[in-house]
Amino acid sequence: MNDQALTFSELKKNLKKDFTTLPDFKIALLGDSPTQLLNQAIRGYAFSMGWNAKIWEADFDQIERQILDPDSDLYKQSPDFVLLFPSVQKLRIKFYQLSKEKQKGFANEITQQWRMLCSTLQQKLNTKVLLMNYAPYDDGIFGSFSSKTPFSFTGQVRAINVSLDNLSIEFKNLFLVDVNSMHALVGNESAFSSAVYINSGFVFHLNFLPRVALEVCQVIGAIKGQIHKCLILDLDNTLWGGVVGDDGWENLEIGDLGIGKAFTQLQQWAKQLKRRGIILCICSKNDEAIAKEVFEKHPDMKLRLDDIAVFVANWKTKVENIRFIQSVLNIGVDSMVFLDDNPFERNMVRMGIPELFVPELPEDPEEYLSFLESLHLFEIASLSEEDETRTKQYQEEAKRTVVQSAFANEDEFLESLNMEVTVSNFSGYNIPRVAQLTQRSNQFNLRTIRYTEDDIEQIGKNPDYTGLAFSLQDKYGDYGLISLVILKTETDHLFIDTWLMSCRVLKRGMEQFVCNLMVEKAIDAGLKKIIGEYIPTAKNGLVKNLLADSTFKQLGDKWILETTDFAPIKNFIHQSVLKE
Amino acid sequence: MSLEPNSILETLNKIWREELDNESIVLNDSTTASDIEDWDSITNIQLVVATEKFYKIRFTAAEISGFKNVGEMVRCIKKKVG
Repeated sequence: MNDQALTFSELKKNLKKDFTTLPDFKIALLGDSPTQLLNQAIRGYAFSMGWNAKIWEADFDQIERQILDPDSDLYKQSPDFVLLFPSVQKLRIKFYQLSKEKQKGFANEITQQWRMLCSTLQQKLNTKVLLMNYAPYDDGIFGSFSSKTPFSFTGQVRAINVSLDNLSIEFKNLFLVDVNSMHALVGNESAFSSAVYINSGFVFHLNFLPRVALEVCQVIGAIKGQIHKCLILDLDNTLWGGVVGDDGWENLEIGDLGIGKAFTQLQQWAKQLKRRGIILCICSKNDEAIAKEVFEKHPDMKLRLDDIAVFVANWKTKVENIRFIQSVLNIGVDSMVFLDDNPFERNMVRMGIPELFVPELPEDPEEYLSFLESLHLFEIASLSEEDETRTKQYQEEAKRTVVQSAFANEDEFLESLNMEVTVSNFSGYNIPRVAQLTQRSNQFNLRTIRYTEDDIEQIGKNPDYTGLAFSLQDKYGDYGLISLVILKTETDHLFIDTWLMSCRVLKRGMEQFVCNLMVEKAIDAGLKKIIGEYIPTAKNGLVKNLLADSTFKQLGDKWILETTDFAPIKNFIHQSVLKE
Repeated sequence: MSLEPNSILETLNKIWREELDNESIVLNDSTTASDIEDWDSITNIQLVVATEKFYKIRFTAAEISGFKNVGEMVRCIKKKVG
């Protein structure tokens, strides 16, 4: 997904390559400093992430004009993303021009201005807005006293950045690109070049620019559903110092002493990721019992067995084992990250599974954490509470896999699960999860239309649409919201705008249940037909035959189901009370 | 790294070819931006940064905007590293 750091020259070389076969999207780029270099860097990174980014650049320093003038060129572009790139240098010029009284309310005024611009954009364009926040700026007028006075530009910039955070909560379609944190990480020395700024007005150092462009691409990727969901970890010299098979668990380096601290802080980091919903897996060349013993017995281990969704320790190749982990989790290889201290293993895995992201870990363990923190490996565009229980769900899945083999036939097994589904409309509490599913589901997804939370809210309110969200539980546990359909009422039929499902619940009869319910909905609405469409992507081959299997008949590129001919499809799922 | 003006010129020639991705570039003391395709105010930033990185030097804003031709840049580098 995200390439290792490229230089600006390398990015520019990408621009000469063949973009024609890549999927494209359009960005409108508006800045108050020159934007040409950022434009080139973004297109270069987009290429290495497999996209053809088409960028329209507004004329210099036209952010407000383009947004506020209804006849401006911006509104003739129909961009997929609007990227707003204000600079702290321009902000400083504005601040210094103000009277002392006005300087006091500066943060407030600038925030109001952004609120107004974002709301205008939202009304005029149905698009995602990316706003680059301000680099930190110490103008040395008040020094460390800046926090105590409203007349300090340094303090006002800090306040503005906090307000922009809040603005991004207020506007669902507004996403920040956190220039502030990136700038702070590398420091002004590396991020800014006075000579380049004075001569040409560019506010980022050429060595810093690729990092900004990468972040822009990662935020866009996250919005488009290209995200990492799983972290696969090696053990010896990655999660702890030493080789457990040789040294014994008592002698491993973890804890507060010496280099052990480096491994401990990596484990703490991984644990926070797990809390956030990232699935942790182990893939190690080790004897399983010996490897697990460390998790069970070592007092300084921050990660325990119940933090790990799939634990694979054996002597097979890592490529085989990662393929196995993928088959258990049933998620795309490109949504996984693999950490290993051994360059040989990393290269083997990169060659065997090119779509997998394998960071080039620094040689010294003390550098692991800072390096991984700086990569922003797990960018997302939305977050739901269900993310947090995911590890548990995958562990339950592992249990089900074992039980399944004990039954004589599949029906018997499915019946024994006591599956119960709750069907809800799109409203309040489930909107974030529904939007997230439309953004993340790639495999079981009939048309792969992505929606934001705001879109889903609109669909929920629109009487022409029926949005249905399905939550499943069985005797082993709760899967949460795992499937949804969006049906559009046309003159004489229902059209299936969206039908998707989490692959965690494949082969449970869920799709049959959903199909039966869609037919019920059509009949309730007095409609005799349901029309479906399959839009193929690189990843959704799984549902190529979904409509045929659900007794739809092909007609041109559409599929039709006559409700009068329909016999409900067998499944073993019970419906609990319908929430309206 | 030899610091003879000619070798500086050769080094710059390499940097120019690499950054502008054009193997046919041949620089001499009197070459200016208008003689080379793709050498404009934007790519000039790239060239300056790459040169600074190679020689581990910094040009001032005035130096950068003051270079009339490649020869002046070569003399400036020689002064800084010599």
